[in-house]
Amino acid sequence: MAEYWFYREGYEEQAREHFKTLPDPAIKLEFSIGERDFVNAGNASSQIKMALKRLGVDSAILRRIAIAAYEAEINETAHARGGDITGNIYPEYVLIRFYDKGPGIDDIEQSMIPGFSTADDQVREMGFGAGLGLPNIKKNVDVLHIDSVTGGRTLVEIIVYFS
Amino acid sequence: MKLKEYLEIIEGKLLTKENDLDIEISGGYVSDLLSDVMGSAREGQVWITIMRHLNVIAVASLTNISAITFSKGYLPESTVIAKADQEEIILISSKLNTFEIAGILYKHLS
Repeated sequence: MAEYWFYREGYEEQAREHFKTLPDPAIKLEFSIGERDFVNAGNASSQIKMALKRLGVDSAILRRIAIAAYEAEINETAHARGGDITGNIYPEYVLIRFYDKGPGIDDIEQSMIPGFSTADDQVREMGFGAGLGLPNIKKNVDVLHIDSVTGGRTLVEIIVYFS
Repeated sequence: MKLKEYLEIIEGKLLTKENDLDIEISGGYVSDLLSDVMGSAREGQVWITIMRHLNVIAVASLTNISAITFSKGYLPESTVIAKADQEEIILISSKLNTFEIAGILYKHLS
């Protein structure tokens, strides 16, 4: 079992408060994605982006959320056997949970290195598998939490604050 | 430079519905790796690629890229064009290769 935490400077305290109190979101959006479903991949990210846009979230922040969410959504369909995606919208931030069906990440630190990839030919032919997914997620979020069991399921949680 | 002008200099063919060709383009980004595009392409740039499946539209939409150029005369399937119309993303096809398109655009912008 492996766990990974990343907090952008200045966000650790508020993020810890969230995980301690686990408040109810104002809006909850739920989706599921199947294995290798490249046709529907992106729908969840797109709908979460649209919901946040309607709420008036700044476009530069919206772009960061969209990129991180899309990368994580692609990971669920390309590297796992699909899974669930939940967008939890709070007044000051969004937390998106990606809970896949396995088979887990062997070495999270290694998968954070730009260029490291376990993608197969099918995934690469689609233009993915450059080994930039997790680094791109980290670059765009304020909090990244990964909890993975080798051979089991992986949970990826991202938080982006609206200001 | 306006998109209309770009379309002419790269001998491009518009694939999507008559859209706003008066949008300003500030530059271009060349890549066939979707994560690289998401990480580095900027709003206002045209994206030049040979990738032409549905995920290309998702990437452009999520990262606010308003125009995609398919080089070497590549044409996407009609479902991809329909999705682009829905997302209001402009698709262009050019017979020129990526190097030539990027070179022409670079020369005109500088």
